[in-house]
Amino acid sequence: MTMKVGNRQVDGVVIVDCSGRITLGEGSVILRDTVRDLLSKGNKKIVLNLQDVNYIDSSGIGELVSAFTTTKNQGGELKLLNLTKKVNDLLQITKLYTVFDVKDDEASAVKSFK
Amino acid sequence: MAMTEQRVSYTLDSSLETIDSAEEKATRVATELGFADDEIMQISMAVREGAVNAVLHGNAYAPDKKVTLAFERTGNELVITIRDQGKGMDLGKIPNPLAPENLLKTSGRGIFLMRSFMDVVEIRPSSTGTELKLIKHVHGPTAGGKEASQ
Repeated sequence: MTMKVGNRQVDGVVIVDCSGRITLGEGSVILRDTVRDLLSKGNKKIVLNLQDVNYIDSSGIGELVSAFTTTKNQGGELKLLNLTKKVNDLLQITKLYTVFDVKDDEASAVKSFK
Repeated sequence: MAMTEQRVSYTLDSSLETIDSAEEKATRVATELGFADDEIMQISMAVREGAVNAVLHGNAYAPDKKVTLAFERTGNELVITIRDQGKGMDLGKIPNPLAPENLLKTSGRGIFLMRSFMDVVEIRPSSTGTELKLIKHVHGPTAGGKEASQ
């Protein structure tokens, strides 16, 4: 299953609903293009909703890191929402759980932006 | 594809499709051997990462270079071998992705994930290619259906 994304605005925060696989190739490219597009349009408060992302490989992890740092470097914030157990485990193993701001409900994720 | 009772091997192109195909094959083999769901995911992901390294870093997508992938059940182990035809790699230059200075790097986690998910990971680089061996111990009593009775 390839990756799909859909964006929606909630109180000035862009929620990016992701589904499918974030892997080398199309999945990683879609995520990269989505975040870059949002930033280019001035959206600096971004939440990646990964509830329906069932698989991420090392390239996908790298893409999440890239999205995080690119957003931060442009003065924005990018947070992760609703991790599946697999993705949560991967972020724990790679110690990236300590890097990302991970939320488990949308309302608190939106409120957490300054 | 060449196949024996306990061993199956494939010769694959240096393409993105090979990476997906290798992962699918690993899932099928691990499932047939009776591994638990979480182990199947680990094996599949390790093979995917190995295939990524072979296709991207080893063969660099060269159309004239192949990736060979083999699955072998030996005793109580699943042994997976992935070979590329690249220029080899410097094992001393593999970064530790958990080091603070590397945490925000966008690459360099493939071998680390393989080592996290498999019982044994051996990397043998040479000037004519790199051979990666991934081993997972078979635990389940029904795994493979050919457990030795002693």
